[in-house]
Amino acid sequence: MRFFSDTAAGLRIAFRALVSNKLRAALTTLGIVIGVTTVILMITIILGLNRAVEGQFAFLGANTYYVSKWSWFERNWREQWMRPNMTPDMALRIKEESKLAMAATPLDDREMTVAFGAAQQTGVDVRGVSEDYLITNSVAIDFGRFLSAEDVRRNQPVAVIGAGIAERLFDKVQPIGQKISIAGWKFRVIGVAERVGSFFGQSMDYFVCIPYGTHMKRFGFDPRQNSTTIIVKAASAADMEDLKWELKGLMRRIRKLSPTEPDDFGINDQSLIMGAYNDLTSGIYTGGVIIAFISLLVGGIGIMNIMLVSVTERTAEIGLRKALGAKRWMVSWQFLVESAIICAMGGLVGVGFAWGVSLAINEFLPTYMPIWVVGIGIIFSAVVGVFFGLFPSIKAANMPPIEALRHE
Amino acid sequence: MSNFSNNHRALIEIRGMKKIYDLGSVQVNALNGVDVDIHENEYVSIMGPSGSGKSTLMNLIGCLDTPSTGEYYLANERVAGLSDAKLAEIRNRRIGFVFQTFNLLPRASALQNVELPLVYAGESPSQRRRRAKEALEAVGLTDRMKHKPNELSGGQRQRVAVARALVTNPSIILADEPTGNLDSKTGAEIMELLDRIHNEGNTIVLVTHEEEIAQHSQRIIRLLDGKIESDRRTTSV
Ligand SMILES: Nc1ncnc2c1ncn2[C@@H]1O[C@H](COP(=O)(O)OP(=O)(O)O)[C@@H](O)[C@H]1O
Ligand SMILES: [Mg+2]
Repeated sequence: MRFFSDTAAGLRIAFRALVSNKLRAALTTLGIVIGVTTVILMITIILGLNRAVEGQFAFLGANTYYVSKWSWFERNWREQWMRPNMTPDMALRIKEESKLAMAATPLDDREMTVAFGAAQQTGVDVRGVSEDYLITNSVAIDFGRFLSAEDVRRNQPVAVIGAGIAERLFDKVQPIGQKISIAGWKFRVIGVAERVGSFFGQSMDYFVCIPYGTHMKRFGFDPRQNSTTIIVKAASAADMEDLKWELKGLMRRIRKLSPTEPDDFGINDQSLIMGAYNDLTSGIYTGGVIIAFISLLVGGIGIMNIMLVSVTERTAEIGLRKALGAKRWMVSWQFLVESAIICAMGGLVGVGFAWGVSLAINEFLPTYMPIWVVGIGIIFSAVVGVFFGLFPSIKAANMPPIEALRHE
Repeated sequence: MSNFSNNHRALIEIRGMKKIYDLGSVQVNALNGVDVDIHENEYVSIMGPSGSGKSTLMNLIGCLDTPSTGEYYLANERVAGLSDAKLAEIRNRRIGFVFQTFNLLPRASALQNVELPLVYAGESPSQRRRRAKEALEAVGLTDRMKHKPNELSGGQRQRVAVARALVTNPSIILADEPTGNLDSKTGAEIMELLDRIHNEGNTIVLVTHEEEIAQHSQRIIRLLDGKIESDRRTTSV
């Protein structure tokens, strides 16, 4: 009871003192504002990324391996570059010989311009795949059909287009049956995929799938990769580990490696991306913590300084309060509350800033700001205020009453 | 009030009190061996030229300061042995201060100023409000409770200060030149208040320059250079 009434009184006293020193208080809380903005932004970005990534990388397909010349996220690029290339026919062998793979498709892709009449779209990801791509990458078809085994075997000039392409190139006519041109070559549209949406602000609907043989004949390898990737899907998540070992053995046989030679291929999966993702978020986290720590330290010292000035300015007031019966802890409480309030208000402003900035960067980085971060921001900065207000408040509490009272 | 367990019978008992300020090159003997007894419900004036040690003595009586040497017993308690918290409690409950310069919190209303000692006494907000209103009524400021000090005249400010000194029902009122910043008419009004407070059974110690003011009391202690020059009953009363 006493605690609460004292707190209320302390709040009132502190608030009144603050209002009369608006500008000074505002300036000294700048560090706190920056610190809290950083902390909150960091939280909203990580939360936003987590939400974007949750059950994500679905475009890579669930329960799939990406068998490639390249081992993702390993740094031995020079060694990897020297590895022999992979070719689309390896996908056929894997599919034939693997017991655990339910589907396998080669993938060669290249960004090219796709046109229909006067309409065109640049930077389209044109993928050379087999009919199995439908299964490995869980493609859903909206109109028409996906590539058939027959299309693939005969290297037909047919294409399945993403929803984004369909929208871009065909606003009046039905896309099915129309001839589009990819880098000058004509392809007949046989299917339109369902909308996938965007990931990290990038639309996933600007792609075209064509038979891999046609892709290889017309466009060749992507010069940056110079090698085919093979996507292999396990029948179930439980088979993933076994499939990995089976693929390893198969690939070593295909590559004719002796037992002493190391693998010259990579069997990659989403967990590698998750690993890289975790590196990214922990990088954001570490950077954020460092910036927040420094700015809160600077802000805290600023608060300590303003509180020391405030204690000196109010020496006579402190003396009076002591003459009227304030105990030490009551005097220090007053200054602690004041310091905490200044900081908490800075924290609130910081939360506001962070909110604005997170809305702005949401364009290219997903952010998510739940309501509880407001509480975190305010409480966190109030704690900073208490910590850095400690020394000034003790100084106030220890003033001898008569000297304080004499002070003019 | 009988007291057989102790031989200190006066409410305020001061023995051989000295207060020395060491200013490096010189030592100022603000109090130079003072013995005083003040009994319950006495009305005492302290007079003397400027710098004679009046305020120093008042502050020591009010437990705001500590003597260099000498003993001080307040209601049979040896003040030198008390903790900081206990001293704060004594200042809060037993002593009411009235200063020459009023010493009100400028941003707080009259009512809030009077409530302040009750905040430190740990009273509930509703109790505080009620008692502070009563104290302001007692000094005749019923219609000025919401006013800030700068919206009040000097006399009204000093009334607020008196109300604040009274609000915890202390038995000792210490007033250091309470009329020093007031004209003679408002000064007389404040003295009327103090007389009434004395008649209600309180002990009053008053510092003043003016003989006329001092005549309100029953006893005048004259200080000179930190020593008691004379200690007499007043002719009036
Ligand atoms: N804090 C202090 N430091 C040094 N000297 C002081 C201090 N307080 C009072 N004095 C000196 O002590 C003497 C008595 O002061 P004071 O009690 O205030 O006198 P009065 O109230 O009678 O005018 C004066 O000479 C004054 O200068
Ligand atoms: Mg004086």
